[in-house]
Amino acid sequence: MSIVLDIIASAGLWAAVLRIATPLIFGTLGALLCERAGVLNLGIEGIMTFGAMAGWLAVYHGADLWTGLLVAALAGGVFGLLHAALTVTLGLSQHVSGLGVTLFASSFSYYLFRLIVPLSGSPPTIEPFAPVTVPGLADLPFVGPILSAQTPPTYLALLLALLLAYVVFRTPLGLAIRMTGENPHAAEAQGVNPMAVRYGAVIVGSALMAVGGAFLTLSAFNSFFPTMVQGRGWICIALVVFASWRPGRALFGALLFAFFDAFQLRLQTAVDGVPYQVFLMTPYILSIVALCVMARRARVPQALMQPYRRGER
Amino acid sequence: MTETVLEIDGVSKSFGDNKANDAISMTLARGEIVALLGENGAGKTTLMSILFGHYMPDEGCIRFSGADLPPGRPRAAIHAGIGMVHQHFSLAPNLTVLENVMTGTEKLWSLRSEAGRARAKLKALAERFGLAVDPDARLGDLSVGEQQRVEILKALYNDARILILDEPTAVLTNLEAETLFGTLKEMARQGLSLIFISHKLDEVMAAADRVVVLRGGKVVAERRAAETSKAELAELMVGHRVARPIREAHERGEPVLEAAAVSVRIDGVDRLKEVSFRLHAGEILGIIGVSGNGQAALASLLSGTLARSSGDILLYGEAIGNLSVADTVASGIGRIPEDRTREGAIGEMAVWENAVLERIDEPRFSRRGLVDRAAAIAFAETIVRDFDVRGGGARTRTRLLSGGNMQKLILGRNLAERPRILIAAQPARGLDEGAVAAVHARILEARKAGTAVLLISEDLDEVIGLADRIQAIVGGRLSPPVSADEVDARALGLMMAGAWKKEAA
Repeated sequence: MSIVLDIIASAGLWAAVLRIATPLIFGTLGALLCERAGVLNLGIEGIMTFGAMAGWLAVYHGADLWTGLLVAALAGGVFGLLHAALTVTLGLSQHVSGLGVTLFASSFSYYLFRLIVPLSGSPPTIEPFAPVTVPGLADLPFVGPILSAQTPPTYLALLLALLLAYVVFRTPLGLAIRMTGENPHAAEAQGVNPMAVRYGAVIVGSALMAVGGAFLTLSAFNSFFPTMVQGRGWICIALVVFASWRPGRALFGALLFAFFDAFQLRLQTAVDGVPYQVFLMTPYILSIVALCVMARRARVPQALMQPYRRGER
Repeated sequence: MTETVLEIDGVSKSFGDNKANDAISMTLARGEIVALLGENGAGKTTLMSILFGHYMPDEGCIRFSGADLPPGRPRAAIHAGIGMVHQHFSLAPNLTVLENVMTGTEKLWSLRSEAGRARAKLKALAERFGLAVDPDARLGDLSVGEQQRVEILKALYNDARILILDEPTAVLTNLEAETLFGTLKEMARQGLSLIFISHKLDEVMAAADRVVVLRGGKVVAERRAAETSKAELAELMVGHRVARPIREAHERGEPVLEAAAVSVRIDGVDRLKEVSFRLHAGEILGIIGVSGNGQAALASLLSGTLARSSGDILLYGEAIGNLSVADTVASGIGRIPEDRTREGAIGEMAVWENAVLERIDEPRFSRRGLVDRAAAIAFAETIVRDFDVRGGGARTRTRLLSGGNMQKLILGRNLAERPRILIAAQPARGLDEGAVAAVHARILEARKAGTAVLLISEDLDEVIGLADRIQAIVGGRLSPPVSADEVDARALGLMMAGAWKKEAA
């Protein structure tokens, strides 16, 4: 028991929680935005991979880190445009299109990477984001050291969750997005263009996913390898349901999952006699349990996964 | 004369060969309630969709307070002050009442929703017209009647001065309907103008100042509600049509299908109440009534897709339990369902597949457990030839056939097997006159060959032309039968309005 308490009391754990949560926050908010407008975006896993690659490549070729994030966002937006064209304009199955985008974007990012960066024994690296100290915050007891270990994209992710919550629930645009996800026919009848809303949401949402991927290469690590997203995209899709499509809860969900993950890492080294694979599994098992508890009460956007065609009911 | 707020002038609209609206003109005055009365397919909804800008008219124009309304633009209609309450609500159940009402009413890129101001406006409107509803309730938690209030409020919130309601009572209980009409009258009193679409005579008489009757896409009559009667409206609504095949005198045979006080209750609602009839071989028994009075339940009951709650059904003189669909096929009951594209045929399948679908397990269509395509296609080709199905052969995908030809296929599938009983629900609905005559001729032929036909229809001429005896269906009850030779359209109009119930009581 004291091992557990020691781990929880250590600033290192909480610093890791924020770091692990950051790509999940971006990805979950991106997926949430798409789904609020009625489009499931299973392209997330591939889009995160491509974002990681594109952002890293830009920085490797001399761009600064913020430009790298922007390049990743734009690349994500392009894949969002592809997914939107397939699912919104053509009305294809959102599952199939999303999985297609994931397969395509994952393979394509490795292909581009190999074309541009020759194979070598040790992967090429870049200089990633460094932690920033925010004056005032850094001096707080316990919390100070945790925050001081974070890089700027983590702050961006936290702010973004609050911003998205505001947009979704407090602005006319957010209402238009929600109405489009609930009943695009009603949206149209009241002068909102559901096609445009869906395109916008999928493009911006995909850009956020790609930024989440880019965090991996530009902050968490300093090099790119094709398998680095490791199912984080799928976790984000589950987190959206866990969060009942609410940005605030999405932030909480991402932090909770990151806590499980950071915690099991430390348990692995602290506890002897249990195979480490057991600990590796725990965040996923706990996520499923949490999902069961939370998602049963969730109110799914009524038009999620339904293509909208003008004039049809 | 009061001020005219809306003028529909010579509006026409065709879909393919079907002229849904034919030079329709009507006016609406300030503070007036006009009922647009007509059968299904008379063109009511098309007209209102043109008015609201969902469809472009082929000809004609709409003037709003004297100014032309640009056609085909819903935004322009909303802007001009026309609000529409659809039969199927355009609402989002997961959002609040206020959110449903506010969508699209503010500039999209404003940094803040003025929810407080919107709530105040909504409350003021609700109070003014007696449409009480909690702005912060989740819409999905409200009753259907309350949801309709939200739809009306949505239109009022957009400053509608003309309100169009498409069959507003279709989803309401009687009590809710009464409340609704109270609200509508209050709105008219305060200077709003209303059009409501209906095919229910009672509510038209109860709520409207003026009635415009639509039939076959044309305005056939206009009456002040105070100066007409239900019987007259019923007759106007169903009308008289061109000559059709004539029924010859013919001896009827033994009773083959009888119902004795059969009731059907679904989800606590009585769809059929103690219905009794006796159908003889070689006769056509017409069931006349304005649709929505239990016809669907009656057809489903006799087709084996609905179970009865009480009463007895006798088939060929023997009491039977509930029929299954397979039973009906096995006992020689042919069925022509009301909705041919949904229940009658499977559009994506070939004509031959539809032709043999209900007999596919019969030995003649199968060979060692596999479908004998050659036999099935031969059977379908016989139907196509004998019943004059045009627009494709046995291998054509069925949805490519026109409505009339699809109906001939369905008719052929049933009649080719010489059924002893035929349940025909609205067999000629939506067909052009040529196809109607063909379908009628086939039904009369079947009668001559000894088939007992139960003809469910809302078309007076069809029933008078074909049926030997007629019973009216009103509110799930059947009138006693009358001989077709002893009644005219006027008497049937009275029966459809429920006149026999008063005599009985």
